[in-house]
Amino acid sequence: MNRLMLNRLILLLSTASAVIGIGFLLWILTTLVFKGISSTHLSTFTHDLVNGGIRNLIVGQFTMALLATLIAVPLGVMAGIYLREYSQSPKLAATLRNLSDVMMSAPSIVIGVFVYALFVDPFGGYNGWAGSIALAIMMVPIIIGTTDNMLALVPKELREAGIALGGSKHKIILQIVLRAAKVGITTGILLSFARIIGETAPLLFTSANNQFFTMDMSGQFPSLTVSIYNLATYPDAASQDLAWAASFILTVIVLIINLGGRYLTRHKH
Amino acid sequence: MSTEALSPSNVMEAETKQKDVMRVENLTYTYPGAPKPSLHGINLPIRRNKITALIGPSGCGKSTLLRAMNRIHDLYPGNRYEGRILLSNPEETAMEDILELKKENDLIRLRQRVGMIFQKPTPFPMTIFENVAYGLKLSGMKNKSDIEERVVAALQGSAIWNETKDRLNDSAMGLSGGQQQRLCIARAVALKPEVLLFDEPTSALDPISTGAIEELISELKKEVSIAIVTHNMQQASRLSDYTAFMYIGDLIEYNKTSKIFLNPDQKLTEDYITGRFG
Repeated sequence: MNRLMLNRLILLLSTASAVIGIGFLLWILTTLVFKGISSTHLSTFTHDLVNGGIRNLIVGQFTMALLATLIAVPLGVMAGIYLREYSQSPKLAATLRNLSDVMMSAPSIVIGVFVYALFVDPFGGYNGWAGSIALAIMMVPIIIGTTDNMLALVPKELREAGIALGGSKHKIILQIVLRAAKVGITTGILLSFARIIGETAPLLFTSANNQFFTMDMSGQFPSLTVSIYNLATYPDAASQDLAWAASFILTVIVLIINLGGRYLTRHKH
Repeated sequence: MSTEALSPSNVMEAETKQKDVMRVENLTYTYPGAPKPSLHGINLPIRRNKITALIGPSGCGKSTLLRAMNRIHDLYPGNRYEGRILLSNPEETAMEDILELKKENDLIRLRQRVGMIFQKPTPFPMTIFENVAYGLKLSGMKNKSDIEERVVAALQGSAIWNETKDRLNDSAMGLSGGQQQRLCIARAVALKPEVLLFDEPTSALDPISTGAIEELISELKKEVSIAIVTHNMQQASRLSDYTAFMYIGDLIEYNKTSKIFLNPDQKLTEDYITGRFG
């Protein structure tokens, strides 16, 4: 009898916890969707921030994130290849992996401050390049981790088969091993992109924000996330509505990228 | 008349060269970081256009020996070879010691001459055609029609042409396990190697695929000399002309397969063959 009671109690507690957790998530999402949709108009997409739209913000955010990806993908993939394929000292490899993991969990505001000291202060002010660099720094450890893990899944027999056919090590890695791990690595890159596209802290003191449409990365650069942060603190209803619209659109973008990543993983072959 | 050409040692050298495509002499091999060698002073000839089977219980060193013959061990640095592994060179009279090779390019040429098939089929993530063409391209072949000719010939020679001729541009990952293994054999055969090393090529396959692979291997010995590691005693007796029995890093007995299976010299060999241990 006691056992049955305990069983029921645990069932009740875990159900309640799940309901509370999912409840809050649904609350956030429904609020976001309702307020977001009612605040989103066609003009939101066609006007820049200065005229009450977010066109320049979306373009700016994507520009910085894409540039960050261009910087981070080669660095991260090559570092992952080094760790898994070339490193001959297990100790060094383990240390580097740990460092990369620490970097992955480094608070993003710290990365923002670091980039401020290195690429903002000495260059005379906020600029888009610094924003991209900060985002790239966030991305690199994620890409290192995925590349490393995905290469580990490629059976060593495949490498040996390539070598046994008269391949050199670098050719086998580039033409066979990387190809076998392609889907996993692409998924990782996509998910890391989804992660950084919604970051605010690394951009606060690097790119800051810009009300106007610009592609000049040497000055302050428009950012969707920083704008949400700013707009939400303004007292007027128009600004707050725009903040809701921007949040909603950002969430939809992140969701689409995440779903794309999942689709890739599921349809591997 | 040159006296040198007729000296007994030269005649013997020439005769064994004709008979042996490879000769392992006094080979001791130590894995990276291992305190003791895994092979102790192995002597073994690989006869030309014959099949030599390596048998023995798990951990006896038969795969280790096989993997020394194309120096694939060198993928993992820090190992130690002692002794010699001689490989006959079609262009020269003397055999060359493959353990002397140091440069990566020399090792690459060695592996083009001594091919290897693994236990698990290892198709590359590309099309069937590209799989077979890959080794040819690595070897520096560029002419497209030459490559195509060699690919078709290799697929035909590996008894997989009929199943693949209509789907050469499909991914090789879609083939069955047995087909994948024959594709891997075709891939190795395309390079026209002198020796093919098979490392338990059928242990991951069903009986019907195994039959097809065995048939293919006995067909291939017209073109190439073969060494095969197998756990399957019937396979060794069906396929091979010579058999070497190994036990904990030593070569216990080497002889014609019929002799090893019917009337072995060593008690240990007999015990293993008759299934008293292993």
